[in-house]
Amino acid sequence: MQIYLPIAEVSVNAFLLLGLGGLVGVLSGMFGVGGGFLMTPLLFFIGIPPAVAVATQGTQIVASSLSGVLAHLRRKTVDLRMGTVLLIGGLFGAALGVVVFNYLKAMGQVDLLVKLCYVLFLGVVGALMFFESLRAIRRSRRTGGVPLRRKHTWVHSLPFKMKFRVSGLYISVIPPLLVGVLVGILAAIMGVGGGFIMVPAMIYLLGMPTKVVVGTSLFQIIFVSAFTTMLHATTNFTVDIALAVLLLIGGVIGAQIGTRIGVKMKAEQLRIWLAIMVLVVSGKLAIDLLVMPSELFSIGESGHS
Amino acid sequence: MIVLALPAKAEEVVLGLSQNAVAITATFDGSDILLFGAVKRESPIDLASDLEVIITIAGPSLPVTMRRKDRRLGIWINTDVVEVDAAPSFYAVATTAPLQDILGDVEDLRYKISIPRAIRSVGAPMNVADAEKFTEALIRIRSGNDLYQVREGVVDFEESTLFSAAFRLPASLTEGDYLARIYLTRNGIVVDDYEAIIPVEKVGLERWLYNLAHEQPLLYGLMSLAIAIAAGWGASAIFTALRR
Repeated sequence: MQIYLPIAEVSVNAFLLLGLGGLVGVLSGMFGVGGGFLMTPLLFFIGIPPAVAVATQGTQIVASSLSGVLAHLRRKTVDLRMGTVLLIGGLFGAALGVVVFNYLKAMGQVDLLVKLCYVLFLGVVGALMFFESLRAIRRSRRTGGVPLRRKHTWVHSLPFKMKFRVSGLYISVIPPLLVGVLVGILAAIMGVGGGFIMVPAMIYLLGMPTKVVVGTSLFQIIFVSAFTTMLHATTNFTVDIALAVLLLIGGVIGAQIGTRIGVKMKAEQLRIWLAIMVLVVSGKLAIDLLVMPSELFSIGESGHS
Repeated sequence: MIVLALPAKAEEVVLGLSQNAVAITATFDGSDILLFGAVKRESPIDLASDLEVIITIAGPSLPVTMRRKDRRLGIWINTDVVEVDAAPSFYAVATTAPLQDILGDVEDLRYKISIPRAIRSVGAPMNVADAEKFTEALIRIRSGNDLYQVREGVVDFEESTLFSAAFRLPASLTEGDYLARIYLTRNGIVVDDYEAIIPVEKVGLERWLYNLAHEQPLLYGLMSLAIAIAAGWGASAIFTALRR
């Protein structure tokens, strides 16, 4: 069944969108990521204009993050205070990101920026995650699990310290604010929640306990994504509600299935598969940038948006 | 169905359309449109030369920004830019015979019938030497998406009097007034022409959502978020209910 998307102004198969939403939903449920980093390139691939894909993706992230955070709130694994600090940084970052996005869109370089961000961040995070989990698997085979030791780093010597009870931390607010800003910029430019950046940053940089990390990052992502969606809707008019609804239906069902699969798999195995997936996506995008394209010319968006 | 007539000439076009407007609905998947008509004449058919028919359908003309990628620091990025002053968002030409045989260059220039003539590109920036390649690329890309169509010899022309041609409008149509033009030619000279407008518009839900997104963006954004929140919360609630 073909459906005409009112804002994207293209006609696509409704079942294809439901399926895409479902597939990304399964993966996001399994790995506890928003799945934006997979959905946005897939939407480019089926011919949704990049600006619409990035803007619409925000609603999908809000829905899947909300669904996740409710489960975490019930288990009391959300550090609301840390979440709020990250959020303040995130809102600044998102506003900044949308300004950069619109500026580059006018220059015709937005595709390049989005793709470079993907290649760079997905490549680095994927590689780090891959080697980290490989080491973890080897370690667990040898000793059967090693407790995480918390190190005292430069992060702990900055001013403006604050108590984060749920995380059991007494650290400066500057690092969480900066992490928030960075994630906010990425959210606006890449159309992702930024969980894949924030989760490692919270564990390794801020030293937060792993059990509160996912819930707290989801809490922050909801608000930042909602904010970027509003910014895109009011400045670019690129949020396509019909596209969002179809992706959401597939996504929320897929997420529930994915969560059930995820419970049955080992954490190290999950992480290594996620790392491989992230590396494949970034590799594909890197090849697109490096290999000479078959069509050198492209039609710009003037008069369209 | 509309049938339109014209003032007196030796040979005149009378035109009909299978539909006088195209409505973009939620399940819009392109549209077929049939143009048909007749040549009205007072005197017997002139057999000294062949009468030919050219039919064009043009979407609204808009400025277009064409960009070309080039290799910089090992990666392919957009470098050169050429602004094309006006290019139809959709353009189809259907004829009874190869266009160059039935239409002279001067007439093409005057009536802007062939695709390169239908695109208006005045000035190119000084730093781009090969501006015509950008126009060629525009035609190539849009032809690939079925937005530009040249279909020579597809106009059915009976007894030099009755003609008809079917057009396929693709799903990715821009809204606006589409202009259908019919030309009768003899020896490459236009002997009569006729124009009709086919409005293409989003209707119903599509219209409403599009208007809301542009006129009440704040409300539209909040509505999108409300749907997302309802879906996220609903999925979580249903899932917990199922587990009990």
